[in-house]
Amino acid sequence: MSEFWLHPALILILGGLLLPLVPERARRVWLLAIPILAFVRILSLQPGTYGEVRFLDWTLVFGRVDRLSNVFGYIMTLMAILGTLYGLHVRDTSQHVASLTYVAGSLGVIHAGDYLTLFLFWELMALSSVFLIWSRRTAASTAAGYRYLLVHMAGGVALLAGIVLHCRSTGNWSFVGLNVQELSVASYLILIGFILNAAVPPLHAWLPDAYAEGTFNGSVFLCAFTTKTAVYALCRGFAGMEILVPLGVIMALYGVVYAVLENDCRRLLAYHIISQVGYMVAGVGLGTEMAINGACAHAFAHILYKGLLFMGCGAVLHMTGKSKFTELGGLYERMPLTFLFTLIGGLSISAFPLFSGFVSKSMIVQAGFEEHRNWTAFLLMLASVGTFLHTGLKVPYFIWFGKRHCSEETFARAAEPPWNMKVAMGVASALCIFIGCYTPYLYDRLPYPVDYHPYTAYHISETLQLLIATALGFYLLIKKLEPEPTISLDLDWFYRRGGQAFLWLARRPVQIFDAWLGEIYRTLGLASLMACARRIGHWDNRLIDGFVDGLAATVGAAGRRLRVLQRGSLQESLAVSFGVCVALVLGCLAVYHSLAR
Amino acid sequence: MTLQRLIESTRAPQHVWVRRCLYALLAINLWDNVPVWVDKSQAHTGLEHVPTFWSVFGFLGCILLIILSKAFGHAGIMKREDYYDE
Repeated sequence: MSEFWLHPALILILGGLLLPLVPERARRVWLLAIPILAFVRILSLQPGTYGEVRFLDWTLVFGRVDRLSNVFGYIMTLMAILGTLYGLHVRDTSQHVASLTYVAGSLGVIHAGDYLTLFLFWELMALSSVFLIWSRRTAASTAAGYRYLLVHMAGGVALLAGIVLHCRSTGNWSFVGLNVQELSVASYLILIGFILNAAVPPLHAWLPDAYAEGTFNGSVFLCAFTTKTAVYALCRGFAGMEILVPLGVIMALYGVVYAVLENDCRRLLAYHIISQVGYMVAGVGLGTEMAINGACAHAFAHILYKGLLFMGCGAVLHMTGKSKFTELGGLYERMPLTFLFTLIGGLSISAFPLFSGFVSKSMIVQAGFEEHRNWTAFLLMLASVGTFLHTGLKVPYFIWFGKRHCSEETFARAAEPPWNMKVAMGVASALCIFIGCYTPYLYDRLPYPVDYHPYTAYHISETLQLLIATALGFYLLIKKLEPEPTISLDLDWFYRRGGQAFLWLARRPVQIFDAWLGEIYRTLGLASLMACARRIGHWDNRLIDGFVDGLAATVGAAGRRLRVLQRGSLQESLAVSFGVCVALVLGCLAVYHSLAR
Repeated sequence: MTLQRLIESTRAPQHVWVRRCLYALLAINLWDNVPVWVDKSQAHTGLEHVPTFWSVFGFLGCILLIILSKAFGHAGIMKREDYYDE
């Protein structure tokens, strides 16, 4: 075992476990101090391999630190601080413990140097994050949590199977880049585990299903960690894998198509996670230094602006209890600051100049053009149109402007959220603008040296044309975008309806068959069994009991005869017994000697 | 001026916003087509050299996304909210 190395995840896990023991007065300070300490620890990490532990025949590597892990570790702990600050007033300690453990899981994956450690923390993420959904304590969230867990356990099994097969065939447990030109079955299974967490269609439906049902602060954590940890894992293991390019483009467009249909603002944002992660997955598939830098930069920016958007919509949910466009509208009078912060998030995700998405998303598109994959780049640009249409325009418009669909009670309840939520949103907003204005802050952290300048006149003109033309289309077709009180069927239909079909099967045909079988057993099986038992009982009475009773009667008769023989003198009885024994011994000796001759 | 009033000052009817967008697009396209200001050599494809290319791309993309997505939704994807409770 190498010398002790303080893992940033350990700070979060221990801090979370000790949280219930901390007095109520000091709990908020403690809560905020834990992610700050983890962040400081991340800042102090130097490249290298640490935390090697011998376990049975394996060497577990808990601390691989390099530029790729650093950029993800940095933004994840920063987001953990913001997310914790956002939910600081929440008294449900279990939610805080779950969120800290969840972040610890992500950091564990990011610093894992071998597959076993990676799997351990991978599952920790799934198990801890589900409590952020269940903590909402509604029937819908409970069901969504179980579905989330079911899907992630299936992904975990695929990942574990892939890991075992891969390590058996190669004898190497290190988590390094796989040969993407010649993938084995094991590699495909590992890939399935990764892309399930990245929400790549058709393995994506868990994301909008679960994230829309999380608690108002839990979803801020959920939107930041699982998919981005998967992007990290793809960057590490599958950079340059061809199939990820079309999959990424499909993701980018799939999310924006469903976002048109969505009535729930948090579900809409969840679909946009799929869309935005699509850019990153396509970047990983392109595999060039520029593309990998773009994927990492976009993950970095995405964690902040998507967190900010979930904070804005979470604030609306927290204050009004509503998240559907058909139950909101016209809230700018009551929540102007929340509107401003959400708008900044919307402009950032839409890649507006001076906002974070502008300097990150364009790297991936540029990499596509540089690789002469014009279709990929143009389709990603088309997805950008959809992003601005929904997140930049539809979300702010139908919550804060537009027709007021909310009841008087909801409108009266709407107000700016508590101070900690406003501060968290304010800091996230400031960071979104800072990243957009001062590119070295982000570019200097990327895995490879950056030779890219987003602020060219051509890029600004191209982006502004695209976005303003989108706004024109939005205002012209605004009636068509009016929210409708519906849900949209997605691929979760198969397991949701499949589950219902299974229950129906269990309740109807299987139960009827079971009752019928029981009746047959009672009439045929039980009757024959009883007849058989009666015969065995008769045989037992006559034969076994007769033999045992006869033996007992014989012994009793012998005892009675013996009793008559003795006269009550103890010495006489002992002498007779001794004499009989001596006679028996002598008799035995005589027989032995005669046989020995 | 409070934030609320600032937001109120930007509010306008739909046709005003349409006009504002058109003026903005016109201004950007004028700027975009002055070679001294915008260096088109950075364009990646020949299509991008066509004047107003990105404006048309954005506008058509937006219209198509809305219409096709809604058509997709109304083709059986959008269901009542209690669909899974049945």
